[in-house]
Amino acid sequence: MDPQGTVGEALRHQGVSRRSFLKFCAAMASMMGLPPDAAAAIAESLAKARRPSVIWLPFQECTGCTESLTRSNSPTVESMIFNMISLDYHETLFAAAGEAAEAAREKAIKENFGRYLLLVDGSIPTGLDGAYSCIGGVSNVQMLQEAAKGAAAIVAIGTCAAFGGLPKANPNPTGAVPVSALVTDRPVINVSGCPPIPVVITGVLAHYLTFGSVPELDALGRPKAFYGDTIHDRCYRRPFYDQGKFAKTFDDEGARSGWCLYELGCKGPVTYNACATVKWNDGTSFPIESGHGCLGCSEPDFWDKGDFYKALPTGTWSAGRTLAVAAAAGAAVGAAAAAVSRRRQAAIAKEK
Amino acid sequence: MDLLSVARGPALHYALFIFLFGVLWRLVGVSLLAAKPDYSEPRRPASWKGLRMIVLRFWPRREFAARSAMTSALGYVFHAGLFIVFFFCLPHVLFLEDLFKPLFGGNLTRLTGLSWPYLSGGLIMMSAAVTVAALVALLVHRIASPVKRLISNFDDYFSWLVTTIPLLTGMLASAHLGAPYQTLLALHILSVDLLLVWFPFGKLMHSFTIFVVRGISGMSYERKGAAL
Repeated sequence: MDPQGTVGEALRHQGVSRRSFLKFCAAMASMMGLPPDAAAAIAESLAKARRPSVIWLPFQECTGCTESLTRSNSPTVESMIFNMISLDYHETLFAAAGEAAEAAREKAIKENFGRYLLLVDGSIPTGLDGAYSCIGGVSNVQMLQEAAKGAAAIVAIGTCAAFGGLPKANPNPTGAVPVSALVTDRPVINVSGCPPIPVVITGVLAHYLTFGSVPELDALGRPKAFYGDTIHDRCYRRPFYDQGKFAKTFDDEGARSGWCLYELGCKGPVTYNACATVKWNDGTSFPIESGHGCLGCSEPDFWDKGDFYKALPTGTWSAGRTLAVAAAAGAAVGAAAAAVSRRRQAAIAKEK
Repeated sequence: MDLLSVARGPALHYALFIFLFGVLWRLVGVSLLAAKPDYSEPRRPASWKGLRMIVLRFWPRREFAARSAMTSALGYVFHAGLFIVFFFCLPHVLFLEDLFKPLFGGNLTRLTGLSWPYLSGGLIMMSAAVTVAALVALLVHRIASPVKRLISNFDDYFSWLVTTIPLLTGMLASAHLGAPYQTLLALHILSVDLLLVWFPFGKLMHSFTIFVVRGISGMSYERKGAAL
């Protein structure tokens, strides 16, 4: 297979039928909110698209994002389209290791300078001059900055790369930052989620291959096609929220009846992602459907936004003592003010 | 830290701190003030009977009833609306249960066997809409009436504002209208923070003092022989 050939050629070579390919394109068009006739245009563009070189840099991460992608129910057409890119560097999926792998990365950067797609998962530790995480003696900061120079587009895969994620959680011992904190001279597409939905990753790549441009992004740099609605807005339990039917515990009658998990701390109303529509494991379910509230994993700093199991309208403080101090201090000041007033009144009465 | 985290976290924390500090300051301060000596002969023997005024003032005096009927009715409507929205809206129930958890050592249901009831979103929305309408009508009346306009000051208008904004932002947040939910929720909580901060230092403090003041005034009137 010609590594620089078109996606269409590669698909034919892999034995993917025209029907499967069109089905995939229709699904992508639907998810990206495009009209139905766009599926044909996507199919045409994708088939002719040159397979771009892709360099996937893993930094301070848990490999969950790669695991998510590889669990995309292979051999679905989504995983095949991913095969249709020229994945020139990915430590986890690479057969090569050590110096050979690093040489492959350097070669890919050199040969495809200005044209390759740079995918990053994991946050980048900046503490101790980046010494917290190095690959082949090169710090993550250095590696990202070098690779970003020649990238046509950068995709931050997962909440760690997009927003810092778990490594950036308070007290952030490694000084972890997201990709966008270090790469400011070109757009970074944030595909957040812990991990992101596989089809969202492939969908973003398909958009890039089809249109040759960065998809429309929200204020946090996420593709609106997949992050345009909250989980709550698209949740199948939403009617129960509107009816005021809530599970009070994870094993009560309400929970068994599939009522809304808002009282149990579900962060669906403030979380933008496609879980409720695309779902996971080939459309089997998503966390809420499995009986657990949304943790808000595709939002920045979701680890530091208070208790996962406290309802959204509750405060995130734990300050009963502080409030008692406020009440006591107020009472003391009030008593002091009254004492001063009494003394003044007594002085005035004495003068008279 | 995003806006919602600030609103739910430090902003709410400090607002509650100021609220409690201010309320206790004023309540304790006022209650410990020395009473002015009254050297006059009491016109009636049992001044405690003046406590009747706490109840009597729930209704305007007959002489003014017709003239103040609309104001009184709207006043009742918005106070009842505020009560319903504040105490029976589910998110508020969750907030209050969580707030008082440190005091009671557990949630209300576990402690008493009683559950705090809440109303459906639709009823709450309707109550909030009626409350806002009554508040707007009262503001218009205040501005349109030359006498009321003359005796109104910054406190009156600002207290109206900090009472109305949480209602409006709450309605928008419930309906998911105009902005992302987390922004609306953050604005709603921040508007409540503002209300809490202003509460002890303006006329909203009447929530705590009204019945005490009525009782003391009633006892004073009774002693002086005035009609209640």
